[in-house]
Amino acid sequence: MTSNHKLSPGDLEELLPWHAAGTLDSDEAAEVERAIAADPELARRFALVREELTETILLNESLGAPSARAMETLFRAIDQDRKVVRRVASPSLGTRVAQFFSPRMLAWSASAAAVIVLLQAGVITRLVMEEHEGAAPPVQMIATDMPTYETAAAPIVSRGLEVDSYALVRFAPQASIGDINKFLDDHDAAIVDGPKAGGVYRVRVAHGSLSRQQLARTVKELEADKSIVSFAAPSE
Amino acid sequence: LSANTAASDEILIGRIAQGDRLAMQVLFARHHVRVYRFVLRFVRNEAAAEDLISEVFLDVWRQADRFEGRSAVSTWLLAIARFKALSSLRRKPDEELDEETAATIEDASDTPEISLQKKDKSEVLRSCLEQLSREHREVIDLVYYHEKSVEEVAEIVGIPEATVKTRMFYARKKLSELLKAAGMDRGWP
Repeated sequence: MTSNHKLSPGDLEELLPWHAAGTLDSDEAAEVERAIAADPELARRFALVREELTETILLNESLGAPSARAMETLFRAIDQDRKVVRRVASPSLGTRVAQFFSPRMLAWSASAAAVIVLLQAGVITRLVMEEHEGAAPPVQMIATDMPTYETAAAPIVSRGLEVDSYALVRFAPQASIGDINKFLDDHDAAIVDGPKAGGVYRVRVAHGSLSRQQLARTVKELEADKSIVSFAAPSE
Repeated sequence: LSANTAASDEILIGRIAQGDRLAMQVLFARHHVRVYRFVLRFVRNEAAAEDLISEVFLDVWRQADRFEGRSAVSTWLLAIARFKALSSLRRKPDEELDEETAATIEDASDTPEISLQKKDKSEVLRSCLEQLSREHREVIDLVYYHEKSVEEVAEIVGIPEATVKTRMFYARKKLSELLKAAGMDRGWP
């Protein structure tokens, strides 16, 4: 989608949904951003796109998650496949050699895959632990009438009257860990859970319970930095 | 973050191609919820959607050695999922309500007009998103929720890139019309 030509007004308008989702290349994103800054009507239309994006994410998140049955069915079928492969394999020298090495190879592959998962988890854990040491764990909001959204799998822990305020945040694809780290620091915020499906994180945005208006304002402030945050919504 | 995930997805596919069951578990854990939600929007039946995601990932297990890495793994998954969902609907045509019928049923219980009176703006917007045709819902979900670029949507849906942009424009236009009918005139298009 890289283009050396200036985009027409029609092209710019068509690209607004992808700009809101953060999936344009950097050249196009910069051009659309400049156009939005220069054209109030385009900026108004971009605001409509962002509303649609927010509600589409919330609508999809409300669909819940599949039960464990799906995974059980899948791995039963996979194990069946593996048995069939073992039965039809001829006991040639090559096969026997392969079988000799197979457990080690499998063990190596398993370890490597586990390392990937640990590394990814480590990045987020470090982000949370180093930069926000001592941050309170997620707690449930109490006595509030604001409409909020909670991801299906997000843990809710109630600890007496202690309440904090949270938002669901999706970071822009181009944002580095360093950018996110600084952003969280600047806003005195902390990732407390995630990523959920859709790449959404649950972020503590304030110690203590904010009013509906305060939380909406805070979420708007988070969203203002489009190079870091592509989506934010109030959460419990 | 996304680039790292895409790269490690490709590593996982390489290991799955060698028969690594653990790599399959990692890939499944990472993507199954999104794939489930994508097919659920087609088949509108949770049990059927669960069956379909098992089939999608079983195909990945069996065909991982054919993955060439020309697109992101998540794009490949959604393309397989879409094919499976449409095949399933073709096998059981009576299970998919045509869009007009579906809209009628939704309208009968909770029309946008009524919704506007008793719900807030965002709920009306979501209600109208639900009333879009399958094609329009699909393109909106792929762009906004699954974060797919124009090229990736074209690959998943099997249409030219120019058509992707046009379809997205008309999906949004239809959404505005539904909102206007519900009393929310956005002044666009």
